[in-house]
Amino acid sequence: MRIRCPHCGERDNGEFSYLGDATVVRPDGMNASAEAMHDYVYLRDNPAGLHRELWYHGAGCRSWLVVTRDTRTHEIRDVSSARDVALARHTGDAA
Amino acid sequence: MRYSLFSVLGQALRGQKDWKPQWRDAVPRTEYDVVIIGGGGHGLATAYYLAKEHGITNVAVLEKNVIGSGNVGRNTTIIRSNYGLPGNIPFYEHSMKLWEGLEQDINYNAMVSQRGVLNLFHSDGQRDAYARRGNAMRLAGIDAELLDREQVRQMVPFIDFDNARFPVKGGLVQRRGGTVRHDAVAWGYARAADERGVDIVQNCAVTGIARENGRVVGVETSRGFIRAKKIGISVAGSSSLLASMVDMRLPIESHVLQAFVSEGLKPLIDCVMTFGAGHFYVSQSDKGGLVFGGDIDGYNSYAQRGNLATIEDVMEGGMALWPGLGRVRLLRHWGGIMDMSMDGSPIIDRTDIGGLYLNAGWCYGGFKATPAAGFCFAHTIARDEPHPVSAAYRLDRFATGHLIDEKGMGAQPNLH
Amino acid sequence: MTTMTLRRSDADIAAETPERSQAYRVARGGLVDRRKLLDFSFDGTSYKGFQGDTLASALLANGVHLVGRSFKYHRPRGILSAGSEEPNAIVELRSGARREPNTRATVAELYAGLEANSQNRWPSLAFDALGINALAAPIFAAGFYYKTFMWPASFWEKLYEPMIRRAAGLGRAANAPDPDTYDRMHAHCDVLVIGGGPAGLSAALTAGRAGARVILVDEDFKLGGCLLAENQWIGSQAGVEWAAAALDELISLPEVRILTRTTLFGVYDHGSYGAVERVSDHLPVPGAHAPRQRLWRITAKRAVLAAGAIERPHVFGGNDRPGVMLAGAVRAYINRYGVLPGHKIAVVTSSDDGWRTVTDVLAAGGQIAAVIDTRRSVPHELRRAAESAGATVVTDGYVAGTRGHLRLKAIEVVDSYGSAQTIACDCLAMANGWNPIVHLDSHLSRKPVWNEDIHAFVPAAMPQGMVAAGAAAGRFTLAECLATGAEAAADAAQHCGFERKLYPVPGTEPESTGYTPLWRSPRIKGKAFVDFQNDVAASDVELAHREGFRAVEHLKRYTTLGMATDQGKTSNLAGLSIMAELTGQAIPSVGTTVFRPPFTPVALGALAGHHRGKDFRATRHVPSHAWCEENGAVFVETGLWLRPAYFPRAGEKDWLESVNREVNTVRSKVGICDVTTLGKIDIQGRDALAYLEKFTANPFGSLPVGKARYAILLREDGIVLDDGTIARLGENHYVMTASTANAAKVMQHMEFCRQWLWPEFDVQIASISEQWAQYAVAGPKARDTLRGVVDPEFDISNEAFPFLASANITVGGGIPARLFRISFSGELAYEIAVPAAYGDALWRAIMQSGTPHGITPYGSEALSVMRIEKGHAAGAEINGMTTAADIGLGGMLAKKKDYIGRLMKDRPGLTEPDRPTLVGVRPVDRSKRLRAGAHIIALDATPSLEADQGFLSSVAYSPSNGHWIGIGFISRGPQRIGEHVRAYDPVRGEDFEVEICSAVFVDPEGSKMHV
Repeated sequence: MRIRCPHCGERDNGEFSYLGDATVVRPDGMNASAEAMHDYVYLRDNPAGLHRELWYHGAGCRSWLVVTRDTRTHEIRDVSSARDVALARHTGDAA
Repeated sequence: MRYSLFSVLGQALRGQKDWKPQWRDAVPRTEYDVVIIGGGGHGLATAYYLAKEHGITNVAVLEKNVIGSGNVGRNTTIIRSNYGLPGNIPFYEHSMKLWEGLEQDINYNAMVSQRGVLNLFHSDGQRDAYARRGNAMRLAGIDAELLDREQVRQMVPFIDFDNARFPVKGGLVQRRGGTVRHDAVAWGYARAADERGVDIVQNCAVTGIARENGRVVGVETSRGFIRAKKIGISVAGSSSLLASMVDMRLPIESHVLQAFVSEGLKPLIDCVMTFGAGHFYVSQSDKGGLVFGGDIDGYNSYAQRGNLATIEDVMEGGMALWPGLGRVRLLRHWGGIMDMSMDGSPIIDRTDIGGLYLNAGWCYGGFKATPAAGFCFAHTIARDEPHPVSAAYRLDRFATGHLIDEKGMGAQPNLH
Repeated sequence: MTTMTLRRSDADIAAETPERSQAYRVARGGLVDRRKLLDFSFDGTSYKGFQGDTLASALLANGVHLVGRSFKYHRPRGILSAGSEEPNAIVELRSGARREPNTRATVAELYAGLEANSQNRWPSLAFDALGINALAAPIFAAGFYYKTFMWPASFWEKLYEPMIRRAAGLGRAANAPDPDTYDRMHAHCDVLVIGGGPAGLSAALTAGRAGARVILVDEDFKLGGCLLAENQWIGSQAGVEWAAAALDELISLPEVRILTRTTLFGVYDHGSYGAVERVSDHLPVPGAHAPRQRLWRITAKRAVLAAGAIERPHVFGGNDRPGVMLAGAVRAYINRYGVLPGHKIAVVTSSDDGWRTVTDVLAAGGQIAAVIDTRRSVPHELRRAAESAGATVVTDGYVAGTRGHLRLKAIEVVDSYGSAQTIACDCLAMANGWNPIVHLDSHLSRKPVWNEDIHAFVPAAMPQGMVAAGAAAGRFTLAECLATGAEAAADAAQHCGFERKLYPVPGTEPESTGYTPLWRSPRIKGKAFVDFQNDVAASDVELAHREGFRAVEHLKRYTTLGMATDQGKTSNLAGLSIMAELTGQAIPSVGTTVFRPPFTPVALGALAGHHRGKDFRATRHVPSHAWCEENGAVFVETGLWLRPAYFPRAGEKDWLESVNREVNTVRSKVGICDVTTLGKIDIQGRDALAYLEKFTANPFGSLPVGKARYAILLREDGIVLDDGTIARLGENHYVMTASTANAAKVMQHMEFCRQWLWPEFDVQIASISEQWAQYAVAGPKARDTLRGVVDPEFDISNEAFPFLASANITVGGGIPARLFRISFSGELAYEIAVPAAYGDALWRAIMQSGTPHGITPYGSEALSVMRIEKGHAAGAEINGMTTAADIGLGGMLAKKKDYIGRLMKDRPGLTEPDRPTLVGVRPVDRSKRLRAGAHIIALDATPSLEADQGFLSSVAYSPSNGHWIGIGFISRGPQRIGEHVRAYDPVRGEDFEVEICSAVFVDPEGSKMHV
């Protein structure tokens, strides 16, 4: 498998480590509920199809990436910097 | 026809003409007391024990492909009950006991071979962790022995004790562990369940689960609607997909695990051996192929195939431990879809939906659990309460914190 | 019933002692180098062959057809093919530690002194005692073992299974360390061309001429593919000459890399391919510094699959008899190797190209005994040519059976009227059409599609940049091979940004490739094999059908069809076709087998490369490694690190004595320990503190500059992830340590939090584990020792630099350093860090400075003893299953801030009062040795899972206490101090009384750290 890191170019998946679902959002702050935290920590859609997921380029630039990949074929549709995605999401939250 | 030496000899004289299909390729009826979704080892065993232990025979097993085409036919065939946590120990030992009487019970030779499972350790810390586990097994009355280096050498003299990057210091062995001919487990349970009246319906994909007033009433399938009073989901690898039909999200991710077999060779290794300093374990099949594997690839996948980085990692572990493997050739490698759960342990439980039951989350340990998973899932379905040995495998344990995390890896499925 | 007999006829014995002088080599022709005569041996008999031979061609040149015994029935087997699809001719090659079982004689290149032996036979190949299995064949039908061997139950493991295991398997592995080495290469290209036959060469030329980076791989040692085996013309050149010219041109193209002896074995995601190059397998031993094989990991933007096709055998009785071969193979042995595989050759064909065999045999001076075409109409001129050469020609007929034992003697032919005749021959060539090699295509889970025109599966439309050409695409004529190869490559080059340019394809002779396969003979005499190597007969397919194993996956698994070392290359379709006939379905409705990698078996050594022995994984050395080695340290593997475990001195009788001395010296004087293995992380930025507050589970807000604090990290699920120390070196500058084992994990987690959870924080994180050497200097004389290296302007007195102080300092006259007053041992202690390049020098300087104070180096053992004496949790306690409360640190957790793990740690299961909690344990009989991993049960308990109350996680002999001590987790432990329980350790045969006590065994007030 090859992943096109936005900073380093296309690299073998051996350089990356995988965390999982990028669509779950951590309930932040003192008001977060245990139930919401449980869902965030434990429950997954686990789709057979397109999956937005977090990868870490540990043997490269140390960037966390959001990869959009088809879990049936492994085809990768998009790779973005996780920080950019997170900042955009936070901006979206504020707006 | 009952299987025995006499029937085999008799048929040899009659040109093998009188054998019948080992199970009926049933046409689904319109209604069943229980529908089991998934014709793998677990689903077939569940149907068998529903009939045998609970007298429930109006049962259909629905399989989208042909029976045994999922993980029961793609695993590395190991059985063992060498677990360390109280939630797991009685369950896997129950499974081991069922393996020990399986062939006579179902009249099918699944080649249960208790050749021993040897886990090597390479440091004092690993030794102590294995001692802890072995002692827990002994407390439960399960056989476990802690071997020193010389005792390990007697079992597997050919591994690299001295020059290896991580010297072998000893091992934990469970001699009752071993291997089973995996396909035969599916076929044997299918035949035995069929004999007791269970309908095995192949090429029947479930596309929806119908509910009325918070209870299931049947399944939509590629072969029409089938009414059912109770439905058991037993589709490891695809559990999330089935659960999504009733809007459930599970603490499960589907991952690819690769497995490997070498060309057939005259006997080399007489036990199952696990490398403690790399991702590699190996045994030899009755046909002579070395069957081996390592870690999961580590990403969500339904593709039933993996990538080279993991293959190299497994072979490196193999060669580091057993340098005599260099000229042995890899014949075939393949992948299976694993239900990787959030604490590395399975789920056998009711759900919040009346009449819907779940058997899932087996990670890469489902094969050894087949008899007990079927036994306990049947119990849960028939009695609406967990069997005592599977009582810890609750779906709500992630909310309550009663985790069963043998490896201590936390809520990250690809690390279990 | 089989016609086989154990009585040996004269002819059989004659067949065992063939002429030694290459009697079957034709006078001239072929591509072997007749000037290079090579000696080789098979089963101890010496033979001669030529450079350019394979073992199979050289054996055939010497009249040897019998080369092996089959898996189950031990039937005599010969050479079926001339390529990598070979199911029968598999031998043990070489000897000693280099023995290679299951080697296909058809692809083993001959070299001087080659030594091969047949396998799966005893006592000899010609007389195999287990040949008696053939008599029991009616019993040994598919799956018979599932129905028997069940009584009595215990006999399976004691008797039946050992018997089966000894009989099963084929070759014997050397099972000695492989003396050869393996290499690994990474290569990238625009266009990967798989296969060097006409289509592949045409493709490589087209892409290469366009300027694309091309890699051409072929499993053969010579490029040309079928051009080497057939008498065909391209333009004005013989096919062989055209191939040679193509090779010359490819060599001249700078961006083209040609890999022969290289099998593309697997296709992986996103243009990743695995190939193995047999660098030295054609040599007696690898040359100096040369590997045996090399793994190529190729990344290609586009690939042209030009792997060719595999010919199909006919299914008839005794079709496994030595001498029965594929027709294309017969032609290959004649044309490429100059070997006639028989004196009287018969041909059974369902295709036009089968007749080529007649032409080639006659051209080579051979005799054609008969041609049996299973079709009704046969080209007139072909028939006349055969008949004029004296051959019996039968149309609309078939072969029902064969005669002979160790070698084919005759075939039994049935004509269109159903009348049978026996025709004497010593070789039978089978031509039943071709199967495109779709294996590589299906590695990415795509199922091939049925093409009714050619009665074969062809590759499906291929995403991921691969396209098939030539015979692999079912385009069998030479003209199509050349044209489709060029077109595929032109498209591929264009995709990679090069000009799409097609060159004129040279003319070829008209070819007729029509065929109508005969899936199995209507009447079968004897056993008709579908899968030769696994001894799966047509009757086994019938049995599978009868017993309900009708789907392709069931057929395969129940009969083992296609699961031998050849992976069913010559058998899968035959099995499917018979099942289709039995079920009344079309072949594609029965299904297709998913071909799995590798295409042909790959040596494990090649996949592992150089990662074996000491090079399995990198070895990390601490900065003081050289000094430790010079001073006789005993090292221990800790993850990738090699750490000094202890430093024995002359006269010390065991490790324990050395460790005790180290501990005593630290507690009474001073010691130094290399703790560089700790993870070290630098945290800077305006929001560094805010970030740390959310990241750590204990409060940090009040930490002033110049101080350090113990830090607890939780996972989001509330379990302890790791612990460490965070020191504040500047207003917005922190350094943190993580445990050795968790260093990488903590770093990754910190980046996750920074980039993904809290991206708005202005904070940067860097791992500085490699950049800084760090040493613990501990003991009452630690300060005095350090004064010798710390530059004098820094006051490290207790008043100026108290417990938990931290600072940037300099040592040795201006070398930057960091000093932390932290203690793992419970003594007055510091950790001092310098840039790694100064690590060795600082260590030596501290040793020198400490010598007057009686300094000792101490290793990981003494470090561990002292932390257990102090009751500090480490890896055995922070094991991924314990909460902060479990390890006695629940009180430290912050109450008023949000942090990772805050909510989940409070779940009922993690806060139950009965949870095992960290306490100390000591033996009641102080002479007893505690063992970690022992469980705790009540004094009067009957051992059972229910009686289990916990376990010992870490133990040590405490020289400070004079007996063994332990820490561990015991249910309600802290409330049971003083209670006596049992340390139950049956795996080591121990069970004795211990006392629950405080986990702190030395200086419980903690006063020594503060002096």
